[in-house]
Formats: sequence, C-alpha cells, structure tokens
Amino acid sequence: MARIDSPEALEALREEIASRRNPETPCVSICAGAGCIASGAAEVIAAFEAEIEKQGLQADVDTRETGCPGFCERGPVVVIYPEQICYLQVKPEDVPEIVSQTLKEKKVVDRLVYADPTTGKKAVLESEIPFYKNQRRNLIGSNIRIDPKRIDDYLAIGGYAALAKVLFRMGPEQVLAEVKRSGLRGRGGGGFSTGRKWEESRRAPGDTKYVIVNADEGDPGAFMDRALLEGNPHSILEGLMIGAYAVGANEGFIYVRQEYPIAVENVTVAIGQAKEYGLLGKNILGSGFDFTIRVHRGAGAFVCGESSALMTALEGKAGEPRPKYIHTAVKGVWDRPSVLNNVETWANVPLIIDKGADWFSRFGTETSKGTKIFSLVGKINNTGLVEVPMGISLRDIIYGIGGGIPGGRRFKAVQTGGPSGGCLPESLLDLEVGFDELTRAGSMMGSGGMIVMDEETCMVDVARYFLDFLVDESCGKCVPCREGMRQMLKILTRITRGKGKEEDLALLEELSEVAADASLCALGKSAPNPLLSTLRYFRDEYEAHIRQKKCPALSCKALIAYHIDPDKCRACMICLKKCPAEAIDGGKNRIHVIDQARCTKCGTCLEVCPSRFGAVGKISGIPVPPPPSEEARTLVGKGKKA
Amino acid sequence: MSEILLRIDGKEVGAKEGTTLLEAARSAGISIPTLCHHQGLEPYGGCRLCTVEVESRGWTKLVAACIYPVEKDLVVRTRSEKVDRIRRMILELLLAHAPDAPALQELAKEYGADRDRFDKEASFCIHCGLCVRYCAEVKKKNAVGFIDRGTRREICFVPEIATKECWQCKECFPLCPTEALQAAFVLTQSLFAAPPASGPDRTRSDAGDELP
Repeated sequence: MARIDSPEALEALREEIASRRNPETPCVSICAGAGCIASGAAEVIAAFEAEIEKQGLQADVDTRETGCPGFCERGPVVVIYPEQICYLQVKPEDVPEIVSQTLKEKKVVDRLVYADPTTGKKAVLESEIPFYKNQRRNLIGSNIRIDPKRIDDYLAIGGYAALAKVLFRMGPEQVLAEVKRSGLRGRGGGGFSTGRKWEESRRAPGDTKYVIVNADEGDPGAFMDRALLEGNPHSILEGLMIGAYAVGANEGFIYVRQEYPIAVENVTVAIGQAKEYGLLGKNILGSGFDFTIRVHRGAGAFVCGESSALMTALEGKAGEPRPKYIHTAVKGVWDRPSVLNNVETWANVPLIIDKGADWFSRFGTETSKGTKIFSLVGKINNTGLVEVPMGISLRDIIYGIGGGIPGGRRFKAVQTGGPSGGCLPESLLDLEVGFDELTRAGSMMGSGGMIVMDEETCMVDVARYFLDFLVDESCGKCVPCREGMRQMLKILTRITRGKGKEEDLALLEELSEVAADASLCALGKSAPNPLLSTLRYFRDEYEAHIRQKKCPALSCKALIAYHIDPDKCRACMICLKKCPAEAIDGGKNRIHVIDQARCTKCGTCLEVCPSRFGAVGKISGIPVPPPPSEEARTLVGKGKKA
Repeated sequence: MSEILLRIDGKEVGAKEGTTLLEAARSAGISIPTLCHHQGLEPYGGCRLCTVEVESRGWTKLVAACIYPVEKDLVVRTRSEKVDRIRRMILELLLAHAPDAPALQELAKEYGADRDRFDKEASFCIHCGLCVRYCAEVKKKNAVGFIDRGTRREICFVPEIATKECWQCKECFPLCPTEALQAAFVLTQSLFAAPPASGPDRTRSDAGDELP
C-alpha cells in the first residue's frame, strides 16, 4: 500500500478502487459477525469458497465476509449482489444450490428466502423483509457492504472523505459547531450533548488532550457496539480522528472489552491498514495533523463502562470510579482533558460531517436527534440489532420490526437501558423512544439494550436479576451502592422465596433513594431503576408475592408447584420416565402424581406432557390439591376411568 | 491562591481555592461526620457519610463534602432532613458489619440509626480503605489492598510484602474505625494461609520461616 499524502490522492485511490470493481460482478456477502459465527457462518463461508472453486467461478464471483447486518435470529445471513437477494439460516449443504442456481443461473432459491411466520409471504430482497424495511439503517446498513478487514471496502463506500473534509476544508471550531448543531447526544447511557462535551475539552487548559472510544459494552443482552466495531471499524476510527481534530488531541484510545475478540482483531487490523495508507500517524493526508490510536483491552468489569472508572483503568489502576465534580472532559486520563464517547456516538460523526448536521437532525425528535441502534432480545420473534429513528414508538419496534412475542403469549414489559434502566409496561407501548421520554417514564435510553418480556416473566425476579448482576459488578467502593444493593438483593431474594414482609417494599424504596442520592458514580445512582420501575408499574406482583405467597407469572420456583390434573392425565408414562428427580408416581393405566417433596421444579414434566393431554400445569398461591384415591387413579379401557 | 467566599449553614466562610467543603467547614468550626477521611491521605469519597446539600446556580444537589471543591457563593447545608436520612441509612448499613464499633455507635446516637435494622454480616470491615490507602500513600509499601469487587470486596494483605513489612509497622491497625483486631486477624490469616499459586516454590512452612 502506498501512503496517501493529499485529499486528491485519496480521491484518486477511491476512483482506482471503484474502477477495479465491476458493480455487475456477483458478490456473495456472508455475515461473519459474532451471532452468525455462533450459528455456523464459518462453515458456510468455507463451503462457498470450496464450491465456487469447484464450479470454476473464482474469476467471476467475489466473496465478502462482513460484519453483522442485524438479523441474528435468522443467521447465518447471506446476501447476493448485485440483486441483493437475501438468504437466511443458510447451511453449508445449501451452498452448492446457491452457487449453481443463483450465481450461475440467476435464479432465486425459494426455500432460503424470508417467509413471514404468520402469513407465509415471501421476501426475496433484503430491503423487502419487514425486519429491515421498517428500520432506518444509517449506521449499521453499511456493515453488509464491507469486509471489515479490507480498508479498500470502506474507501469504496466513501470512507475517510469526512476526515479529508475537516482537515482541509473546516477548522476545528467549525467541526465543533457542526456537531453541536446536529444535536448528537451520547449513545452510551447519559445522553450528554456530544458537541458540548467536545467544546468543554477544547476550551480546557493543557496541550495534551485525549479522545477515547468506550467499547466496554457490558449491559446484559446488548451488542450494538460490538456489531459496529466488528463490522465497520474504520467508521469508528474516522469519527475518533474528526473528534480529535476538533478537540485538539493527537492521541486516542479504544477501550474495548477483552470478551470481544473479533472486535479487538478487526479494529487492530483497521488501525494497521489506516497507518499504512497514512490515514493515521504523522502528517495525515499531508495536513500537518498527527494522530495515533492505541487499543486497550478491558479486563471484563462492567463498572469500567463508567467514564471515570474507564479512565482509571486506562491509567493501569484498578477500574474504580472517581468523583467527577470536575468533568473528565477537563480532567480525565492522567488529569488531562479527555473526551470519552461511546462507539455508536463516534460512528455517527463521519456521517454528520459528510452529510451535514441538517441531514442528521432530520431524523428523531426535538431533543433526541438521529437514529439509535437497539439490541432487541428476550421474548421476541426477531432477535437482533435494529436501527430506528429516535421518536419511533416502542410498539413499532417490538411489533413492526421485532415481529411480536413468540408462542402467541402476551407482552408484559420491555426493559430498556440495561441494569441502569427500567421496565416499561404495556400501557406505555406507544411511548416515543427518546432520551427524555424514557427517563420520564422511569427507564432510560442507556446504550440501547431492549429486553422484551412476556407474561411468563416475573417482574420481581427481573428486579432481583439485575441487582444480582450489579452486586458483582459494582466496584464496591462506596457504601450506598455496595451495602445498599447487598440489602436490596437480600430483600428481593426473600420476596421471591415467599419470605417477604409487608414492610419490605417501603424499605426497598428507602434503600433505593439513598443509593440514588448518595452513591459515588452513575452505576450506584441508577442501580435502583429496575427495582423502582417494577415497583411503579408492577406493584401488584410484589404484593402477591408477599401477601398471597403467589408468583402471578408462575416463575419463582419457591412459590410454584407442578401439578398433574387427574382428569386430564392419560397415564402415558412419558413424564414419569423423563422426570430426573424420580418424583412422579404412577404406572401404566395408573394416573400419575407428583411427589411434591421430591420435585425439583425443573419443569421437564410440563415440557414433555403431550399437548393433546395438557395434563401438567403450574400453580401458585394455592395449596396443591391432594392426590386422587388409589381407586380413582386407575384407568380402564380406552382412557376411561374406573 | 485566592480566597473563595461561600455560605455554610448560613455562615459566611472563606476558603482557599482548591480546598474541599469539608476543610472549609471544619476550619469554620462546623462539623461534618466522616469515616473514610484522614487528613494525611488523599480524599476518597467512599463512605458518603459527609454528604451535604449544596445550592449552586439555582440547582440543589447532594455531594460528598470531603471531595467537593469550594466554589464562590456556594450555599451549603450540612444538615437537612434528606442529609440526615442518608446518614442514618449509611450508618445502619455499616452497623450490620460492625455493631459495636464506638465510632459508629456514637454517630448512630446522633442520627437515630437503628443498630439492628439489618441482619448482621460476617465481616467487620466497612471498606473505608484507611489501612489500604495509608499503606500505599504514607508507607508506600502496598502491603494491604482490596481484592474482588462489589459485595465480595475485601481487604487483603499481600503475603510476600506483609511478611517483610508488617510486623515492624502495624501502623494501620489503630486507623481502623471498626475494630483494630480485624486488621490483625486479616493479616495473620494471610500470613499463615497457603501462598497463592504464583509462588510454586513457597510452601506454607517457607512463609512461616520468615516470621520474626
């Protein structure tokens, strides 16, 4: 690779790359993101390479391993260009047919295209699939178009044009003004104005300043930053460089969690390639601007996603938050002005510069501009990453894009914002998704985790789950967080075990208030949110646990019993044989009865009981009915009772 | 350094720029309770007992006095219903660990904290970090540190350093606000416990041999 020493040379290279590529040449894009790899994408990729060679198409077909396009539920995802035919859940054995039919004959392999689970309606093109059609994919849409390990792919879609633009056609103040005008707010949790943060750092005294990418994504069930860093690492680098130029920094860090090996690898490769092209290092594009980036791998502490804890960890110390009465933008890493933004925030920057603040702020609401990526997980048909304009309703995300709740079950709540967020009930499904709207409802945007829960989810147990996560992930430095959560978790555990007391709810609220008011960092201050929001919207569930010793969702093990309905049991012996605890008594033609003392409540009997019988059920809050008499337990004739 | 004027509990107080609310209050004879603060050590902000209410540019917020820098015209209230409620809860949470610590008992009396509000915990340690920070900042030995996170966080002496340094020093023991014996116990435990796997050539008896 030759060093690019001017913006003209960059454009010339871009043209040269384009001239080498015939847009009519078939290209097989295979998602090699973490989700698809887990579903066997590596084998599919190998199968394509082998088959293309076998059919002698190497010269006529390109293949591309890309980042995550978002539809993880139906991975591995394969898109065939130029037609953009989208094949889902592709297996290695499907590959010969795709190669001979689609690549050679230009025919669609019907059984691999999207079919609507309810209507059966098919969608051949990526853009026709409802999951994609209802999104606005400004950021993540590029993932399927590039191989993250090839900088030329990024250049081919216009990469680094925004960098060249700021270096040669905009002053730092102009960049700052543009980002401020866009209304971009931090995508990592707090939703602080990105432009104002940059400005604070730019105005802060000192010659050495830093810009940092927060890729310590740790919310349970969240993977949007991972997909961006794995799938389009150059867009993050470009955003970071533009920020550095605006702030006056020459050094940047990418703090990425060790648990994201593909992200670490791809971003490291990207940095290497950018250096070779002279897009990183000294005198970038001949502009006189110097910038270097180092990758710092985090050791797996959730609290290090908090800005001051992340910076302490960057310094090589144990990652504990420190008091932020002086903003880290003024006094951050090694006490120097440091701008820390989340991966997704940085990814937005090149787009804002390239297309303008006006274009960016066309999407969204008055106070929340642009798009936001959510990881839609839990009890939802279409698990995956969705990018939507701010202001869309929760209902449109969950039903319009997510395809609703599986198994015909009823929606109960959606948890947004991870352990710092809250659970929102059905009555708020039409809430507009925005920073302030979610906060007012008792939840928060957070980094974009969205966990959907159905009627079988116990909200007390959800609150307990998040606290259980946080008592391990709190750094343990300050009392309201460490000790307050220790007690909150004890109380919640007690309630889910049927040992709750009437006064527990008031005590939980008191502990929450002190943690929110007096904790040292945002982790402790926001830790009560899952608890408080479930208390606000699902108080009746808490009360049922405490007063009637009943779990309305039939989920808390200590409060439920499995029971075989003697009128429905046909003594088929299936549950009896499958019960791992040997807790089922019965026999051929002898109605089965669960020995409650031996039952471990694993739920196997309920799972295996044939649906035509549906004899096994869960009960809570009422005593288990006594078993029928020996006489009544005998079945005679064709399923008839004696 | 210029003098900054602020109001603490209605009293006009002058303080040097860069000092904390706690220092300013104490210099004016206004007391704010602390557990993790020590004059000879860097402010820590861990116990949050020194939480006070401040009013600045129309906003009221709760801050830790031991680390919050003085600001011009800041209005500070060291006692309020909210502040007292926070302090009472913090004390009740800590009394679950060290119910008999004199420092806690005295404060509990002042704030009406119930010694038995929460079930007792196994460890006396209230994680004020005085021993850890004293050893690091004053003695520069780092013989004692924190291990683990969250509710599993504990103080722990590093056997390799402790065998060499601690028996002649023990200056951290009297700093412990709950129970000096706790520190002694943790120290002894670490010295006599099998050393971690990182030192394969060191056995229990080797470690013992180094004791005076």
